[in-house]
Amino acid sequence: MTGQGIGASLIRKEDDRFMRGRGGFVGDLRPAGMLEVAFLRSSFAHARLKRITIPPFIRSRVFIAEDLAGVAPIRADTALAGFKSSVQPILATGKVRHVGELIAMCVAPTRAEAEDLVALIDVEFEELPAVHDMLEGRKPGAPLVHEHWGDNLYLTTEIDANFEAVAAKAKTSVTRELRTARQVMSPIEGRGVIAEWNSRLGQLVVTSSTQQSHIVRAGLAECLGVDEGQVRVIAPDVGGGFGYKGILLPEEVALSWGTRKIGRPLRWLEDRRENLTAGADCREHHYVLTAYADDEGHLLALDCVASVDAGAYSAYPFSACLEAGQIGSILPGLYDFAHYRCRTYSIATNKPPILPYRGVARTGVCFALEVTLDALARELRQEPSDLRFKSLVRPEQMPFDNIAKRHFDSGDYPEALRRCLDAIDLKAVRERQRRGEPDGRLIGLGIAMYSEQAGHGTSVYAGWGIPFVPGFEQCHARFTPDGGLELRVGSHSHGQGHETTLSQVAHEILGVPHERIRLVHGDTAETPYSTGTWGSRCMIVAGGAVASACDQLAMRVKRIGASLLQAKAEDVRLESGDVVANSGRVSVAEIARTWYRRPQELPRDVDPAGLEVTAGYKAKRDTGTFSYAAHAAIVGVDLETGEVEIIDYVIVEDGGVLVNPMIVDGQIYGGAAQGIGTALYEEMQFDSRAQPLGSTLSDYLLPGFTEVPEIRVFHMETPSPYTRFGQKGIGEGGAIAPPAAITNAVNDALKDIGAELLDLPLTPRRIGEAVMRARPKKSAQ
Amino acid sequence: MKPVAFDYERPHTIEGAVGILSGNSDAKILAGGQTLGPMLNLRLVQPTLIVDVTRIPDLTRIEEEEDAVTLGACITHAAIEDSRFADPSNGFLAEVARGIAYRAVRTRGTIGGSLAHADPAADWLSCLLAVGAEVLLTGPRGKRRVALKEFVRGALDTELAPDEVLDGVRIPRFSRKARAGFAKICRKSGEFADAIGAVVHDSDRGVLQLVAGATRGQPILINGEAEGLGASFPPPLEPVREKLKQSGLVGDAYELNIHMAAIKRAIANAQA
Repeated sequence: MTGQGIGASLIRKEDDRFMRGRGGFVGDLRPAGMLEVAFLRSSFAHARLKRITIPPFIRSRVFIAEDLAGVAPIRADTALAGFKSSVQPILATGKVRHVGELIAMCVAPTRAEAEDLVALIDVEFEELPAVHDMLEGRKPGAPLVHEHWGDNLYLTTEIDANFEAVAAKAKTSVTRELRTARQVMSPIEGRGVIAEWNSRLGQLVVTSSTQQSHIVRAGLAECLGVDEGQVRVIAPDVGGGFGYKGILLPEEVALSWGTRKIGRPLRWLEDRRENLTAGADCREHHYVLTAYADDEGHLLALDCVASVDAGAYSAYPFSACLEAGQIGSILPGLYDFAHYRCRTYSIATNKPPILPYRGVARTGVCFALEVTLDALARELRQEPSDLRFKSLVRPEQMPFDNIAKRHFDSGDYPEALRRCLDAIDLKAVRERQRRGEPDGRLIGLGIAMYSEQAGHGTSVYAGWGIPFVPGFEQCHARFTPDGGLELRVGSHSHGQGHETTLSQVAHEILGVPHERIRLVHGDTAETPYSTGTWGSRCMIVAGGAVASACDQLAMRVKRIGASLLQAKAEDVRLESGDVVANSGRVSVAEIARTWYRRPQELPRDVDPAGLEVTAGYKAKRDTGTFSYAAHAAIVGVDLETGEVEIIDYVIVEDGGVLVNPMIVDGQIYGGAAQGIGTALYEEMQFDSRAQPLGSTLSDYLLPGFTEVPEIRVFHMETPSPYTRFGQKGIGEGGAIAPPAAITNAVNDALKDIGAELLDLPLTPRRIGEAVMRARPKKSAQ
Repeated sequence: MKPVAFDYERPHTIEGAVGILSGNSDAKILAGGQTLGPMLNLRLVQPTLIVDVTRIPDLTRIEEEEDAVTLGACITHAAIEDSRFADPSNGFLAEVARGIAYRAVRTRGTIGGSLAHADPAADWLSCLLAVGAEVLLTGPRGKRRVALKEFVRGALDTELAPDEVLDGVRIPRFSRKARAGFAKICRKSGEFADAIGAVVHDSDRGVLQLVAGATRGQPILINGEAEGLGASFPPPLEPVREKLKQSGLVGDAYELNIHMAAIKRAIANAQA
């Protein structure tokens, strides 16, 4: 063991430049002659555009829809039955459907001057009644976001697995109505785009802060009506993505068109106000969920009606229905039961399009299910963990096909819960609750469990029929003449540390020293096609592709090495970067030198493909890995102010074989911090005209250092049977369970005073008011 | 967003600043810039002239008198936090400064800028009302000294005339036995407060003052003597709750709860 392969907690290669402020982000780039762009955006959520008046002296620097002849709008359709298609214009035409929608592109030497141009344009709006709330939007007579639909439904889905049969058996049921807030994804770096035309290559070069350069390339070619060969998309360093940077933006299309029109490079950097009010909406779900159980508390059935506020347009490429579609398939959680019904609505509203955020629907689903299970446990007067143990899928059932046809690959869910309860010390918490707190606060314990499907591919997405179905992931790998290794993959890193982890995979196979391995990614001109970085897929699929390419390189160097050592190819092995035979050893660097620079020494029958390969990979079974975790939180609740303190937080996670445990821990901490944001802080509210009520980070609160407690993480490592090294995707999990665990903890604290919180986030006001409502009720009894 | 174009002046005397302001009705004074900066960037204010007063030596002066210490308006929160001058308040000001926003903000933000802006959720406003501070104003008509409670007329509304500079804050000296407490309730550390409580009790000087800040208007100052709270400490809370209710500035039942909680915590901090 060299300590640089699978399982090593190596310091990240990326950190040297990131920690010293030497990364290269879109905002750091400034091509010669570049102009800056500011957009005039709609101030209304729903309005007809009556007239746009542009002073003549700035007309040449302002572009509106009528200027964009030949540019197609963005369409993200699915093949799902009944899906209604939306057409998202690049610049608004006819009417605007959400605050922040692009109306005009203004170009100037500086952003401030571009904003001055924005201020000179006069737009006459005829305001229309807005759909500000998804439940209102479903009612008859609601204003219509897309008139020709006749209603506001992108899609309705229905799953019914023998549901009616349950009524006779179930002795107990609880129903809860739950709601998650509309959130805004908040990477440190917002979106940013530079578009320039390279006349030598006849190519549009778009540098974008994106997770998915190949998808953006295809989308741009479609909208601009040009060959994909005429478009190159480069993702430089990307400062956080979380799903927001997996979306084709109208801004990317507008700048790509504009740079050819103007003949100068154009740059747009999203500012925080644009991010908060116009860009990155996510998460807003509503549930009415009923859980049925027998006398002993075995879960018998779930019945759910779920709604997702999908916003004004179907975003490219994941569509407006990814969230609601996931709800039906993941609501059963980690539990084994026989009866299930779930209807979902994807509802169009006058808000920015809903986009997939770390965990996508899982955060809302985990919240709805696990909070309702705690309500069921209270109804049955059982310890919530005891109730869960009765219905968790057991390890001997693995692999397990659940009621929603998900195929759980491996794991021991009850063991994760047991370890979690041990670590949080359930008994001690119950004892502490009996004693009471000296400061008068109430203490509560909450647990929540989830699984995270990751790296799922063709077999899952073919049914969706979204613009891009992932297939084989590819890696191009080659030795340099001095024995270094270059890896090229089409996915991208926006904080995950792929330069380090994919290097570890290659090292595991080829033994090339970590520092001699370079990763090239994020540039369509330099990498194989990929659907990009999303769905916690990269360690599975890009890791698998790197391994496949390195396997082939290993074969080739062994053949050349065997020849140089005058041994048979089948008698040599690769060891610490050397080809070794009984007769001696020769380094991979020496073999590379021979191939490139002294070909006269190569064997006559050498493979002419040489030391470069492109290999493709798909998991043995591509229905995905299911990493899972149990989270437990202890909170203290101040009854007067509604303030919540997280006193302890434990995560027991099974991510299969961990490639770099330190990076996994980092992923979990960061995800959990975002989950705490969902639980306690983050909420973009809208008024009845669908105006967003926050435009700065003092209105839209994100948890900071002092709000995130020290989280105690423990690992189980059950290898996935389907992936190359037994690894599972873990990138999103941390963000999934905290809202459920923290809400369960708060409700556990408040159970004796009869208050229960079901709406996220659990703001001090919501808690304080719930306590005020509950207390008079109690005294009246 | 970026600011509109503006002119920039950096006078070196208070009189120089007043002269520039007198000649331009559309100017804004820049001190620490921790509020004005974002407001400029969001184009919420679009002045034609910015008058940077941070290089005026008189605005970073410390004047010690027997019964008070005067801090120049451009003394930063960080300087107060670090107790870089003879403290008149037995450590109270430093404790309050420590809780203002983040250290980066405190390094630039100034006590005078904060008072001139008069945000009801700002820490200094509530703290210094309880302390009984006065502000010193210099304008073309000369200098005047105004009690802070008279200076603040409402949320973001003060006695400061457009051609005047707030040049200092006069803080009465606490007696040795004085105690003071400050507490704020906010969603996360560094954020604007949802409720502030401040209390100063100084029996030697006959002072008992409570303040409820972060209200919907100016902070509510409760003078113990005027409100008949008696001389003992801690004071009774029921009259305080009544006074807050009557003010009409603390909103609904939940807001009243958190304002009372802040006052209780301030009293507890004063006793600690």
